[in-house]
Amino acid sequence: MIAFYALAIVLIASAIFTVTQKSPVYSVVGLLVNFIALATFYFRLNAEFLGVIQILVYSGAILMLFVFVIALLTSGIGPFTEGPNKLPRIALPAFLTMLVGFGFLAFGILHTPLLPAAMPAHVATSTLGDAGAATVFGSVGDFGVALFTTQLLPFEVTAFILMVAVVGVVVIAGDAPPQKTKGHHEPVGRRRRGARREPILKARK
Amino acid sequence: MADIANYVALSALVFFIGVAGVVLRRNPLIVLMSIELMLNAANLALVAFSRAWVNNAGHIFVFLVITVAAAEAAIGLAIVVAAFRKARFVDVDEVASLRG
Repeated sequence: MIAFYALAIVLIASAIFTVTQKSPVYSVVGLLVNFIALATFYFRLNAEFLGVIQILVYSGAILMLFVFVIALLTSGIGPFTEGPNKLPRIALPAFLTMLVGFGFLAFGILHTPLLPAAMPAHVATSTLGDAGAATVFGSVGDFGVALFTTQLLPFEVTAFILMVAVVGVVVIAGDAPPQKTKGHHEPVGRRRRGARREPILKARK
Repeated sequence: MADIANYVALSALVFFIGVAGVVLRRNPLIVLMSIELMLNAANLALVAFSRAWVNNAGHIFVFLVITVAAAEAAIGLAIVVAAFRKARFVDVDEVASLRG
């Protein structure tokens, strides 16, 4: 129980840190702490595979994507912190609306019997078992068997989603088609009529 | 062992911290990070219920949500990059035009 509350404090504090920071880089660091605390929760809840995936995919891939985008966007101009950090004019009504929404959610949670109220204990006779053992609940074997047998359709949908994401990113932010240049690039600044989109990475003069 | 109610309450709190970030912040990158925060709060509730029922369908669901979150982050950041190339904005309120 003490471990739960300590982890919960870390999770909430890092979430607040993420949302309130001025610079997006500090937000990324807060989000990293948040994801690692969440992975610890997954391990505590017998979801070993998901804990590892959380650290690999979120902390390893998605946060790196954020860091690279911040670095690319802010490399040529001043710091990203100027301007956007005043509270918008809608702050108060938005906050009140959020509070009402949170009230609805809390009401719903408090008035719904959450079954089962308590987590079943670790029993060796059920599918629950020691973490790290094969074929217990939440282990890689258990997850893999479910993923490739009963839950095969979601797995295929996952592959399709990733393909759509790759195609979408290339369409939205990809480079312009390669132009016919004879060994040197055109000078930056004057654009030809046909070439509407600039490449992301331009060589510095 | 903490009860399921503790996990659901924690999940709701983190979710609404994410909602606050989306509604109140105007930096597009921090808005995207707040969306990640909300998705992760939902994942925590799913894993907790999955553990409570000793049923790993929730784990598959979380796997799917993580994939969707990765796709969403990639496309969101691509949109930010594309919009930033067009006009050097640092504020989501400045992107108010639907004309290409």
